Amino acid sequence: MFEEVGTTTEGDLIINLGPQHPATHGVLHLVITLNGEIIKKVEPHLGYIHRSIEKMTESLSYRQFIYVTSRMDYLSAHINNHACALCVEKALQLEVPQRAQYIRVIMDELTRIASHELWWGAMAMDLGAFTPFFHAFREREKINEIMEETCGARLTMNYMVPGGVMVDLHPDFQKKVKAFIQQYKAKIHEYDELVTGNIIFQNRMKGIGYLSAEDAISYGCTGPVARGSGVASDIRKIAPYDVYDKVEFDEVLQTEGDSFARYMIRIQEMHQSIKIIGQLIDTIPDGNFQAKTKAVIKLPKGEFYQRVETARGELGVYIVSEGAAQPYRIKYRSPGFSNLSALDHMVRGHKIGDLIAAMGTLDLVIPDIDR
Amino acid sequence: MFLKEYFLDIYKATKSLLTGMKLTGYYFTHHKEILTEEYPENRKNLQLAERFRGEVIMPHDANNEHTCTGCSSCEIACPNGSIKIISKFDITPEGKKKKAIDQHIYHLELCTMCGLCVEACPTDAIKMANTFEHSVFNRNHLIKRLNKPGSKIREGIEE
Repeated sequence: MFEEVGTTTEGDLIINLGPQHPATHGVLHLVITLNGEIIKKVEPHLGYIHRSIEKMTESLSYRQFIYVTSRMDYLSAHINNHACALCVEKALQLEVPQRAQYIRVIMDELTRIASHELWWGAMAMDLGAFTPFFHAFREREKINEIMEETCGARLTMNYMVPGGVMVDLHPDFQKKVKAFIQQYKAKIHEYDELVTGNIIFQNRMKGIGYLSAEDAISYGCTGPVARGSGVASDIRKIAPYDVYDKVEFDEVLQTEGDSFARYMIRIQEMHQSIKIIGQLIDTIPDGNFQAKTKAVIKLPKGEFYQRVETARGELGVYIVSEGAAQPYRIKYRSPGFSNLSALDHMVRGHKIGDLIAAMGTLDLVIPDIDR
Repeated sequence: MFLKEYFLDIYKATKSLLTGMKLTGYYFTHHKEILTEEYPENRKNLQLAERFRGEVIMPHDANNEHTCTGCSSCEIACPNGSIKIISKFDITPEGKKKKAIDQHIYHLELCTMCGLCVEACPTDAIKMANTFEHSVFNRNHLIKRLNKPGSKIREGIEE
């Protein structure tokens, strides 16, 4: 800290942004160096919500460690669990029943929509608009109800187990999902009317927080942040897992690289998710929802890596196994951490109000960054 | 030309703002579809999903019998150590010793409702209840004994 103060020129102001309240953007601490209202440097400080999940996992079995990952990126809990289950299955070379694969992909896409809905509401609220928050939560509530009915929880589902899913779908599941798709299609135009077309919103977003394709790659950005800069990085397309190679969907790309491009990517990704769910919901095959596994799962000796596309980008699970019932070491490659590191580059030279707009489009979930 | 674009911009900007205002106004005047649930006013007819994971319970039938054999599967499956099985040895009519459950201790304050214990149970002795109002004044009340006093295992249940 003291060295940094020394490098700033006279007249610069150093202010701390957050953590003021647990309900703000997680508990992120930004040290901002300002010259007047112009940002010279942004430095994120982490560690306020560190729970040492990776270390904790070393004492848990391969069934137990999945539930902890729901607490990392809590908005895409299903997808985190999916990544862990896939990694264990990869190590065991386990064949997952078709039914389980279909259920998993539908759940993943529902989670992605729910996550983007919440991001949309929260980002509009960061910019000072309060109404969008309620519109977003109206649709998200429907997804939460579907999740609650089938998985038993609204946020931290823990529905995926190695070999499939924990319980079969609720009999009402297909009916409810179809009703949700209907409602979503009827209401989605409100999103554009309220926020996307709004002139104040557009002026605050266009040309702000520019990130070129080269920088997006060199900072390791993934997900909507990279795709907003024109970098094709969708794991569902590059390395399809489960039934993603059977469904038709487009990888949304924008080349502008500014905040508005990242915003549009997420809005269009929701449409693509609806498209995927629409293709799968009527053709869920019958059969087992879980493959038979041993009571105590022991992975063979070696290193295993599996990556999936969460709502925020690429999540990697890296397991080092010594052949025991517990992992020797687990490392998660979280998308939020890399995306946050690009923030300093994006907002240098902008005003302090633009920092909030640019940070909103990164879709930061702090427990994911700071495990 | 410049003036035309200038006024066109103003027109478009005003229109975009009014579109948003119109939508807000619509919901302000058409409040038929109220989605907010007012808790705790609606406590009496609040219906939670059947599978909602609120707490672990052990169902007992009319004869005060359960199906728990005391095999400790749930204790091993629990990632937080919130279940503690205290077992005892019953003497069967033939005079043999048989392992049985004495106390099934459940720490609600440590539980994360992951459902792994229910998944692991070989005899479906425990299940998740959809209750959610767990607040108590003394934290010791959160430590529960799931098998009722005087209860015994139903006949014919084997591990």
